[in-house]
Amino acid sequence: MLQLISLLMENKPGALMRVTGLLSARGYNIESLTVARTLDPELSRMSIVVDIEPSQRGQLIKQMNKLINVLQASDLTESPAVRRELVLLRVRATMQNRQAILKEAEIFGARAVDSSVEGFALEATGDPEKLDEFIGVMSAYGEIEVTRGGLVAVSLEAKKLKLAPPIQKEEGVLHNG
Amino acid sequence: MSGTLMNGAKIVLECLLREKVDCIFGYPGGVTLPLYDAMYDHSIRHILVRHEQNACFAAEGYARATGKVGVCCATSGPGATNLVTGLVDAMMDSIPVVAITGQVSTKLIGSDAFQEADTFGITRSCTKHNFLVKQLADLPQAIHEAFHIAATGRPGPVLVDIPKDVLQGQAHYQPVSAIHLPGYRVYTEGHAGQIRRAAQMIWDAKKPFVYAGGGILAAEASEELRAFVEAIDAPAVLTLMALGALPGSHPNFISMPGMHGSYAANLAMTECDLLIALGTRFDDRVTGRLSAFAPHAKVIHLDIDPAEISKNRNADLPIVGDAKRVLKKMIQALEETLEMRPKNAPARAAWRAQVAEWKREHPLEPEISADEIKPQHLVSEIDRLSGGEAIVASDVGQHQMWAAQLLRFNQPRLWINSGGLGSMGFGLPAAIGAQMARPDKLVFALVGDGGFQMSIPELATIANQGLPLKIVVMNNGHLGMVRQWQELFYNNRLSQVRLDSFPDVEKLAGAYGFTGRTVERPQELRAALEACVREPGPYLLNVRVSPFENVYPMVPAGAAINEMVLSAPQPVEVG
Repeated sequence: MLQLISLLMENKPGALMRVTGLLSARGYNIESLTVARTLDPELSRMSIVVDIEPSQRGQLIKQMNKLINVLQASDLTESPAVRRELVLLRVRATMQNRQAILKEAEIFGARAVDSSVEGFALEATGDPEKLDEFIGVMSAYGEIEVTRGGLVAVSLEAKKLKLAPPIQKEEGVLHNG
Repeated sequence: MSGTLMNGAKIVLECLLREKVDCIFGYPGGVTLPLYDAMYDHSIRHILVRHEQNACFAAEGYARATGKVGVCCATSGPGATNLVTGLVDAMMDSIPVVAITGQVSTKLIGSDAFQEADTFGITRSCTKHNFLVKQLADLPQAIHEAFHIAATGRPGPVLVDIPKDVLQGQAHYQPVSAIHLPGYRVYTEGHAGQIRRAAQMIWDAKKPFVYAGGGILAAEASEELRAFVEAIDAPAVLTLMALGALPGSHPNFISMPGMHGSYAANLAMTECDLLIALGTRFDDRVTGRLSAFAPHAKVIHLDIDPAEISKNRNADLPIVGDAKRVLKKMIQALEETLEMRPKNAPARAAWRAQVAEWKREHPLEPEISADEIKPQHLVSEIDRLSGGEAIVASDVGQHQMWAAQLLRFNQPRLWINSGGLGSMGFGLPAAIGAQMARPDKLVFALVGDGGFQMSIPELATIANQGLPLKIVVMNNGHLGMVRQWQELFYNNRLSQVRLDSFPDVEKLAGAYGFTGRTVERPQELRAALEACVREPGPYLLNVRVSPFENVYPMVPAGAAINEMVLSAPQPVEVG
């Protein structure tokens, strides 16, 4: 099944590798992964969709929470959350079907971000299933090229973030013997 | 600017001093030149091993014998990759180790420079955490964070990779006053409600059973374990990692459970109605076929690592916390509910009697022959000399299992072995680390002829440091455990398990300047071991044992732990 995981993590070199390493070590395939910094530039938010045995979901979250760079790992698969994805799509258009393409795009809430004699570049956001349909419909008009941005999600539940406090090192007594 | 001006290498050593490091196991190289230059006239002792893998094993031996963080050091590239087996070994057994590696200069990283390897990437999965320090300003913080992470929570190895230019760079060193790892949460206290419920479950049980693991040692909770076991008067097993956590002679202690565990331990595990798992992880070598493991039991599982709870076996009552603190609270909770104790007292007395009966039916006893030295005979003679007080570092294989079955340990941290990873070549370097940590102790390196030959280069380290190690080779001329499996499961087609051309130990030890001897006759064994122990310096005793002895009891792979093979099938007369 597909599990949706949201991670709040330190924005440090190697942090991404630790997360993906956990998955690859267990032979899990990543369906999509997005990561970007948060309001606090020292932190990143990562959304991962991973193909996993349902029984292993809890274990995976625990393993992610064990990573030193991860502040919080949450399983959003079944919890209230908004899920969205961005698609950029180029479709080859003829002079005859240009109007039809734009009308169809409008139905999906997509908009044209570039136009040329060859065709259009369209931008759409939505839940992944809706975007699948959009891509299917557009492919009927001609040759298409698609880039998907990967799922991003925000939880609708307030989750308390528990952080470890700083640890004082005892004053600089050096034990030089 | 305040603080003393010094280079990165000196700063590393200052930080190590603050962490109370007294000894580093290592091997120098190109990019660690600044570090070794700083060590030249420094108080921290450096033990020059003969291979980096053994530096890590020795650091583990030091850590396992003391509970303190063991430190090893290697250069970039091959030096760092040679540490990998030791790091995984420490990871699997939750041993606190800090590895310091040199890296090529920051401007060369990624250029396939001489002796460059992606140490940070390679060791990501073999460590609890690792650091690549690209700026001198971050160095002290990284070192102290490494020690904190290695030693706290569920301990483990941490690696700090330091480029040469960072070691060479000059800075005004100021001791770090605090470290902050916001994502590193360690829960030590245990949930009060869960602890109360645990006490309830314990008094409600008719056949309670304690299954304690390496977490007891990591938490220094042996005293608490003993008090807990006595408070509930339940039979207890210790895993391979925990031997010594209860004295070997304790009346409630049965032995080790699992694949080569005792009859009583495995039957009691199978029949109990409450399994109290303390600092242990339901390893496959303990549980056998998981679906048939402790089928009648409710499970209380105490561990400091939340990811271990319900990983392999569902916990009916999970408690996340430090074994020492939680056991203290459990004992308190049991005292507060003492009025519940008589309820199941008769059933529990019958249970204890039953377990004692199983113990009598099939005790773990050494086999002794007048014609050849049985391997168990050798272990029992070591046990007699040790009296439960010596440190025994073992390698991996049959001798390790016989030792675990037959040696008694009166204290924790006397039994040192590679449990989870099962790394051959571990025993000798680990014994070096243990002897460095405990110069006062009698230390045996009990190794097989296979593992010994993986670590022969370290004889030089032993001679060099003048360590009075007692190296006892249980020599059956084979990779015994692999041979055992080939005999039992591969129609006795013995493929690549004969170890011929074992060296002459008198010449071998003599070449390093100490005594070596071979003993073959059972009548000579005791005197030979006594001479070995009497020797003030190192001693290499090669003991020729019967070549085809198997370790029993044995739970075949995939079987339930009560489906044990207790002994070799007796030859049947064909009439």
